[in-house]
Formats: sequence, structure tokens, C-alpha cells
Amino acid sequence: MELERLTYLGVLLFIFIGSAWLEIALRTRVLRRWKRLLLSLAIPFTLFVIWDIWAIMTGHWSIDPERTVGIKMGGVIPIEELIFFIVVPLASILSLEAVRSVRGWPLGDEKPVGDEEPVEQAP
Amino acid sequence: MTYTQIGIAVVIAAIVVDVLVLRTRLVTRKGFWVSYAIVLFFQLLTNGVLTRLEVFRYSDSMIVGNQPDVGAPPFIGNGRIAYQPFEDLLMGFSLCLLACALWIFWGRRGVQRTPMSGPPIWRTWSSRSGSGGTASSGGAAASSPASADPRGTGDGKTPT
Repeated sequence: MELERLTYLGVLLFIFIGSAWLEIALRTRVLRRWKRLLLSLAIPFTLFVIWDIWAIMTGHWSIDPERTVGIKMGGVIPIEELIFFIVVPLASILSLEAVRSVRGWPLGDEKPVGDEEPVEQAP
Repeated sequence: MTYTQIGIAVVIAAIVVDVLVLRTRLVTRKGFWVSYAIVLFFQLLTNGVLTRLEVFRYSDSMIVGNQPDVGAPPFIGNGRIAYQPFEDLLMGFSLCLLACALWIFWGRRGVQRTPMSGPPIWRTWSSRSGSGGTASSGGAAASSPASADPRGTGDGKTPT
């Protein structure tokens, strides 16, 4: 297989490596909380893959067969696109938790819903 | 509908889901916008490579700009930013916001809310007396609210 066909897959690998190191260096604990991660990825993955399949079938955009490995799900959507819709939202969540790790800004899940204890309780 | 119209509609839908459906209100959080800025930078970079190499080609009638018949699209202009149609940025933002809002939603519901993220490893390398002191109090914070922690990290996983 020509190297050119790994173009898209290579970029996806770059995105994954470029974000996954945060799990170790910033202790984002996203991959470790994999159940919460899977629940968070399932809906965007489904919706965006449906959009993508529809957009490819109706000709909104096309993906170069010379720069993909050539595996197509259902004969329509290159496998790279499916990986894209896992790797990119994962990188987004890693980035979100990385910012929280460094800056400590609250994001709204510091307490579970319905757990209404006094917030300002300095020790 | 064109990619442009769908892109705008999906951004609005993602914000509605964040604010009204999940009530996570990430669009009001500084932390979300800083992390989105990082995501945006890398989208411009990686998607720029893919559109520059024409891995993705777009129908002229579906985007504001057009797809040159031969050769790469312009770096900027003709509806493109870093080679990619600006519509891709709408899709990228929606995907990022929706995934992050669901992540916070499930955390609020108690699905693996803890262990919270942080601290960065270098803060526990240096000054074991300084930040090490607060880190050890984080061990007791395993059951107490993370908001009691001034950093908001709520590091409940101190090795025992």
C-alpha cells in the first residue's frame, strides 16, 4: 500500500497522540472514566456519522479514495471517518479536563445534581 | 439544505442542548471556551492539512466558497480559513460542545464524577511540602465536595 493512503489515518493518529498525553501529564482521568466517556461519545458519534453518510451520499463532500486505506463501512463511509468521530470528541473532552486540571475553573459537575450543601465552606 | 445552513442550524441546536436540554450551560463557562480555543487551533492545523491535500472536497453549491477544479483551495478567502471551508468550523464547534456537555451531564448525574482531573504531575514533583500538603488533604476529600478544594481538582485518588 502506498504511504499516501495513510494520510487521513496519520492525521487521526496525530490528534489522538496529541491529546492522549494529557491523560498522564495533567491527570485528566478521562480514559480512566471510560463508562462516562462512552456514554458521552455515543450520541454525538451516532448523529454525526448519520450526517456524514447522508452528506457523502448526497454529494455535499467527498473523501479521496487515494488518501484513505480503502475500508468503507456499508460501502459509503471510510473507516477513518468513524475513527474521526471518536478521536475528535475524545480530544475535546481531554482538552476540557486539561484546562480544569491546570486552572481549576469549575465546569458544573463539581457536585452531583440534587446535592445542595453549602458551597462556601472554607476549612 | 446546504452545508452552510446545516452548519448554522447544528451550532444553534448544540447550544440549545447545552443550555436548555442538558442544562450544563458550558457556553457560560470560561473553562469551556479556553479548551475550545485549544481545540480550534488544532482543528485549523489538522483539518487544514486534510483540506489542503484535498482529502476532503466539497460541492460548490453546498459551501459559501467553491472547490477549485484543479489544485488546492486558497489558504484564506473564498469562504475558507486555513484551507478549510468555514462551515467545517461550525461542525467542529458543535461536535466539541455536544461531547463536552454530555461529559459534564453524566458527571453531574453521578456517573464516574470522580476521580476529578488534576493536579498536573509537575505540581506533585516540585515542592512536596508546598502543594503536597494540599494534595494529601485531597485524600480526605474523596467523600467531601470537590468545591471545598480551592483548586477544584478534588483529587480523591491519593494512593494509599
